[in-house]
Amino acid sequence: MQRRPRGRSVRRGSGIVMLIALLADIHANREALTACLADAEGAKVDRYVFLGDLVGYGADPDWVVDRVAGLVEAGAVVVRGNHDAAVADPSEGMVAEAQEAIGWTRSRLDDPQKTFLANLPLTVEEGDRLFVHASACAPDTWIYIFGAREAEQSFMATNRRLTFCGHTHFPALFHATAMTPAQRHLPAEGRPTPLLAQRRWLAVLGSVGQPRDRNPAACYGLFDDMRNSLTYVRVPYDADLAARKIRAAGLPEILAARLTLGI
Amino acid sequence: MAKAQLAVGMTIDGFHLEQRLHRGGMADIWRVRRDDVDFPIIMKVPLLDFEGDISLLVGFEVEQMIMAEVRGPHVPRWVANGDFAVQPYIVMEYVDGPTLLKRYFDRVAPVSDVMTIGIAVAAALADLHDQHVLHLDLKPANILFRPTGEAVLIDFGLSRHEELPDLLEEQFHRPTGTPDYMAPEQLFRVRSDKRSDIYAFGAILYQLTTGRLPFGRPARMKKVRRRVWRDPVPPRNLRPETPPALQEIILRCLEPAPDARYGSATDLLFDLRHPDLVELTERAVRMQRSGWRTALGRRLRAPMMIHKILASATKPPPRPPIILTAVDLRPDLEELRQALLETAASALANTPGARLACVNVMPTSLIGIDENVDAAGENIHVHRLAELRSWAQPLQLPRGKVSYHLLESRNVGAAILDFARSNHVHHIVIGAPMHESHAGKVVAHVTGEAPCGVTVVRAAGGSSHVGKGDWQPPDQAA
Repeated sequence: MQRRPRGRSVRRGSGIVMLIALLADIHANREALTACLADAEGAKVDRYVFLGDLVGYGADPDWVVDRVAGLVEAGAVVVRGNHDAAVADPSEGMVAEAQEAIGWTRSRLDDPQKTFLANLPLTVEEGDRLFVHASACAPDTWIYIFGAREAEQSFMATNRRLTFCGHTHFPALFHATAMTPAQRHLPAEGRPTPLLAQRRWLAVLGSVGQPRDRNPAACYGLFDDMRNSLTYVRVPYDADLAARKIRAAGLPEILAARLTLGI
Repeated sequence: MAKAQLAVGMTIDGFHLEQRLHRGGMADIWRVRRDDVDFPIIMKVPLLDFEGDISLLVGFEVEQMIMAEVRGPHVPRWVANGDFAVQPYIVMEYVDGPTLLKRYFDRVAPVSDVMTIGIAVAAALADLHDQHVLHLDLKPANILFRPTGEAVLIDFGLSRHEELPDLLEEQFHRPTGTPDYMAPEQLFRVRSDKRSDIYAFGAILYQLTTGRLPFGRPARMKKVRRRVWRDPVPPRNLRPETPPALQEIILRCLEPAPDARYGSATDLLFDLRHPDLVELTERAVRMQRSGWRTALGRRLRAPMMIHKILASATKPPPRPPIILTAVDLRPDLEELRQALLETAASALANTPGARLACVNVMPTSLIGIDENVDAAGENIHVHRLAELRSWAQPLQLPRGKVSYHLLESRNVGAAILDFARSNHVHHIVIGAPMHESHAGKVVAHVTGEAPCGVTVVRAAGGSSHVGKGDWQPPDQAA
């Protein structure tokens, strides 16, 4: 997916060469996560960042939590999503089928797995980057960043230059300067986009385990810290298998059907 | 963001400033040197304190971003970008050629030069568009020429990359670009239509041909809008020797509605390369601009026209595909040619809007048979063209939907591939005579390296056989 480097952009400081994989909204989809991790490994990533909602909707919550927990032990970063929070806290408001899926998910997780989810941080900051599931603005209220207005709200709430988040299941990239309001960009698949240093950027990564932008392929991001660029990657995976497992688990039919359609 | 005063002898990020080549209104151009760069380079340094004018800041950001993406002979090779917080700059290849503006300042170009320049600029534009970049400020001052003849496009401060964020999209409440060459949809802030560049191209060609701008040099925005309803004075009125095909091309580029222009720079390039094949319409023979009654009517209907312009600018343009058919004219391949014709017909039927390019390759050795090279060569040409036409005749394609090309080359496969590449051919249909190893090699060469799909056709009965004595493989001919 990476294009060949041409010349060299002159940058200050001496950042360590680092490629970060950003994965949001896995939603207990083992097949999609496996495919994305394999793709990221092929791209030789140095780090993994999970942007919340490891569970909910899908049929493999225990496997996904264990896999992510293993990577966290090896240095990966993970933040809490609303579905992760709902496992411990049934008062989190949700639509009916999500509610039903969380109930089922709860029954599938053992105590250490539940503790892992309950102890996840809402936000993680490192350098000029902020990782959060929904929005930098009141992260525990799970605001959806669909438009420039919500993006602007999030920009105001943090002084980090780069925000990486998920939650909407729709890939989007917002940018703003001190003097210009947030603008929305629909990222092109596989095209590294320079996150120009003089701007602030908010990347909504799209969903690994339940894409809704009419493209059933799993979506994740590759952030190149050296070249300061972000690439949205699409990875086709066995959505039929993931859907069959959801049906076999007796979860709502819509959760299975939407995977193969990407809706 | 106070910047240090730059001076000869200073070093910025390893680049030694050697000489200031140009001081412009918005940027200085310095000749610089860095030991690890083995070609001549310049540094473009924005002049203004950016806090004073946000549009210049964003324009320079855009240029940095796009310069780092584009490549190839039609743009200066990019070397480095300078950090905004320290010293913003762009270092790029120094293209040592005059701009089109300097070359033809205040004078018209000979018609043959207009065609040559047009081909070079259209090729550069097609290359840029292939890389998903819209220039959106094409003008003679932004076009340079390499010593080898290729046009080089510069100044990407108002450009747009289709796959990267458009930093200028919501930035300005006034339209951007140079009004002299600006397409009507750009007046309404459309920044997503490649045909805006084709309009600007038409304005440049108009100026080269007639010495005038198609719509003068409007001082006020209100006057700029006239191009929506007023047509330019036809070039033939100002310069009677303008070939009808050239006028057709220019006026088609300058159509106010994007849908009425060329769908792509590649199509435009095709017509410039083959002026004898240009489909001539009323535009080609027009001698006067429309009368005042028509103009008034158009003026009154301008809101509808604006609506039409915006509607066609915001939906993707149709792209007529080219189907190349390689026709072997040797006498005993009648069956194969029949099969080729049938395949071409079905390919055309299955490809909406497609155009057929009938190609025959003449081994160069054939031309040298007679001592009178010219006469013999021309006779062969005329004869072969007639044969090509008669081959395609049963398809009954209208003018503009079919073209005939004789290529001269010792290497049949390479000639077909060259044609396919330079004309962005959509599909190749080629015949394979039975039991003929040389022709088989040509087919293998074409299918192996084609930039597009290839259909290989064999005669239905499989009974075509090797002819004797009438044709030698070119690589064996004397």
